[in-house]
Amino acid sequence: MASITMKDLVKAYGNVEVLHHVAGEIEDGELIVIVGPSGCGKSTLLRMIAGLETITSGDVKIGDKIVNDLEPAERDIAMVFQNYALYPHMSVRENMAYGLKIRKIAKDEIEQRVQEAADILEIREYLDRKPRQLSGGQRQRVAMGRAIVRNPQVFLFDEPLSNLDAKLRVQMRLEIRKLQQRLGVTSIYVTHDQVEAMTLGDRLMVLNGGYVEQFGTPIELYNRPATLFVAGFIGSPSMNFLPATADSGILKFGKAASIPSANHAAGAVTLGIRPEHLVHDDAGPIKITVQMSEHLGANTLIHGVLEGTDTDFVASMLGHVTADPGSTMSFSALTENLHIFDAASGKRIEG
Amino acid sequence: MLKRVHFPTSLLPYLLVAPQVIITLIFFIWPASQAVYQSFLIEDAFGMSTEFVWFENFTYLATDEQYLGSFGRTIFFSVCVAFLSMSAALILAGFADRIVRGATTYRTLLIWPYAVAPVLAGALWVFMFNPTLGIFPYILEFIGVDWNHYLNGNQAMALVIFAAAWKQIAYNFLFYLAAMQSIPRSLIEAAAIDGAGPVRRFWDHIFPLISPTTFFLLVINAVYAFFDTFGIIHAVTQGGPANATTILVYKVYNDGFVGLDLGGSAAQSVILMFLVIAMTVVQFRYVERKVEY
Repeated sequence: MASITMKDLVKAYGNVEVLHHVAGEIEDGELIVIVGPSGCGKSTLLRMIAGLETITSGDVKIGDKIVNDLEPAERDIAMVFQNYALYPHMSVRENMAYGLKIRKIAKDEIEQRVQEAADILEIREYLDRKPRQLSGGQRQRVAMGRAIVRNPQVFLFDEPLSNLDAKLRVQMRLEIRKLQQRLGVTSIYVTHDQVEAMTLGDRLMVLNGGYVEQFGTPIELYNRPATLFVAGFIGSPSMNFLPATADSGILKFGKAASIPSANHAAGAVTLGIRPEHLVHDDAGPIKITVQMSEHLGANTLIHGVLEGTDTDFVASMLGHVTADPGSTMSFSALTENLHIFDAASGKRIEG
Repeated sequence: MLKRVHFPTSLLPYLLVAPQVIITLIFFIWPASQAVYQSFLIEDAFGMSTEFVWFENFTYLATDEQYLGSFGRTIFFSVCVAFLSMSAALILAGFADRIVRGATTYRTLLIWPYAVAPVLAGALWVFMFNPTLGIFPYILEFIGVDWNHYLNGNQAMALVIFAAAWKQIAYNFLFYLAAMQSIPRSLIEAAAIDGAGPVRRFWDHIFPLISPTTFFLLVINAVYAFFDTFGIIHAVTQGGPANATTILVYKVYNDGFVGLDLGGSAAQSVILMFLVIAMTVVQFRYVERKVEY
């Protein structure tokens, strides 16, 4: 088991820098999720840690050893790929044993370790099959089995669940989490799915355009998003943003509407309110012209625009709420649920 | 069961396939049947009379030591050509697959030899290995090899094998490279993380995964060595010295057009025709099967 340290990591292709000075520490036994939209550099970062991409500058440390120039095999890591990358010409057993065979481990020990891993993942009856005879979920298990038999210091997951259907994804997500906690292996998990990120990670690193936007626990990211990007990315449905002007504790927005805030910010800001933090209140300051509503059963999503403007707005109400298109609904929100961001830089302004 | 769609009968479909059928009839079926007919005939040396002899040409070939020797030589020649050109192509493709920068340049250069006509390829090798003015005999002399493929049958055989193999490398290279590039990159990366070095990755994963291509090329190369190497042999050794490089297809030409034994030559070409048919069947039966994963 080991900690991982990323120090000032830069990746550039020619003159184009795709990762900008990424830094962060991952503690022993922690599961870190790197999350961001496609093209943000999250896979590149993972591959740099794995040794599949060269490091332009900066250091990657696994344990207390700088591994920049080590081959992937020498870094004592295991990786689960998005397309599983199982060896198609080998049986499940051979797939799992391959890494051990290369390390010249005794035959009976290999067999024992493969059996143990197969028991954990419940793939014992498939050991003699070829990967093509397995379903997506079973292949996923074999890929994980291949990672755990090696007993590595670090697990790396590169969007491992994105090829599975929604139901299986939820199930495998829980299993990965349980397995990781049981084995206590330091893990890095890359995904573009924010729900997966929130549920799996001890901590989340949100990447956008090659920059780290925020690195913290899921609840920190939800409660105190550091930037507009994180605020919009974490949480579903995503946060509402309205342009506003702050003046001595009063936020003015829309058409002559205002809401009091405990924030000292002044001038042009962006006000963020999560849909689930809106409270239906006929005297509330936030007036919405309803366009449509979605009934999800447990709650109702009301889509509309801020009255008199064309700023889109979503409110999430518990239970079944009827709202006619064209009608106006009023909402209020608690002061502590207001997020205020600098209008120019998008950075959070703390109260 | 789905109902089959019925079209009204018309002349059009027959007209559309007619050109292909006519070409096949004129350029394949007719000459082939002529060859079969001819193989049952014996002509006198002056072409004045012919006699229908049934299988006498074939029974004669079965006991003709020169013909059987040529058969053995052809097999040896084909095995050497296929092995040499395929292994060279495999190594080159293995390296080309790893290259990122300048890959297209290398690929283009490696494909060029395929554009050289067989006779010209032969001519190149004749000049390079000419005992009096070639560069290679001069170099070989330093390591004590006295090269003269006009006198030494083994050297002549080696020379045509090299020339024929060299010409086929480009073709094999193309197929091998394409096969290697169709292997998912992540599979090789997974092997690297599992601790396999480049050589191990090649033998444990790349080689087994491209085995369908290897089998396909084996058939293609055998056909090439059997039939398409006439030009090279004609330019380099003309089957000599003392028939040392007379492979079957060259013997057909030699017996027919030089020796004027038209019946015997036709019988040989009929045998060759059946060999081609057999190889094609093998190819369609086994090679066209999809990869197993």
